[in-house]
Amino acid sequence: MTALAIIFGYIEHLIPLPIGAYGIKLGLANIVVLIMLYSVNLYGAFSVNIVRIILCALLFGSFTSFWYSLIGGILSFFVMVLIKRTNRFSPLGVSICGAVAHNVGQTAVAVILMNEFRIALYLPILLIVGAITGALIGIISIPILKAPIFKNTKKVE
Amino acid sequence: MKAIKKSDIILLICIILAGAILLCIFSAIFLKKGQTVVVKVNGEEYARLPLKKDTELLIEANGGTNLLIIRDGKAWVESASCPKQICVADGELSELDPIVCNHHSVSITLE
Repeated sequence: MTALAIIFGYIEHLIPLPIGAYGIKLGLANIVVLIMLYSVNLYGAFSVNIVRIILCALLFGSFTSFWYSLIGGILSFFVMVLIKRTNRFSPLGVSICGAVAHNVGQTAVAVILMNEFRIALYLPILLIVGAITGALIGIISIPILKAPIFKNTKKVE
Repeated sequence: MKAIKKSDIILLICIILAGAILLCIFSAIFLKKGQTVVVKVNGEEYARLPLKKDTELLIEANGGTNLLIIRDGKAWVESASCPKQICVADGELSELDPIVCNHHSVSITLE
């Protein structure tokens, strides 16, 4: 599962979105995290997420990009867990919140690292984009979660 | 059980609305007020340039470079010594679209 997440991260690294001009990414790796959150358990999903972030940073990132991914990834993960716990939302809602939290986390890191609050002025656009990319990831993940192999699996890794 | 719920759609609309409202508020406060291009490296001010004066600045930061061009009241990064080129693709600098280069810890904003 970790390998799959890294591969998704790598694909994304290779092919930026056409609108990737603004540093926008789809967040393909979150498909894996989202599915693990529903099919395995919290700890499994969390460890895959952290290992993915560390390995991705080592393989094709830099030291600063590691902090961005780590803070974004952890914040996104905890928000997704909280939203899932409410039982009011489907994986779609959970994915949207995760994506938005990821963008907010990364913006916060940028504001702190660069000591420049004006970077936060980019947040409105990131909120809208996060909602859309999160929705796309959610829509992709739902049919996967409905597949028979995920029906009864509780401890597959 | 895993089907899309009504609350998901409401959530999606709320976030997009929140983004749109924030965009309007920020536009009203900050748009078209910026006349100075501020360059920061590692969070410290590196250069402060008037938007009205045509100039070029080679920003040297953390082992890399970004070439900032100011011309005809517009500012953009022409080239950068990094693989991703996000700051170059970002295009013209505006108040609500700061140029950020994570790779060299450079931020370019309009004040």
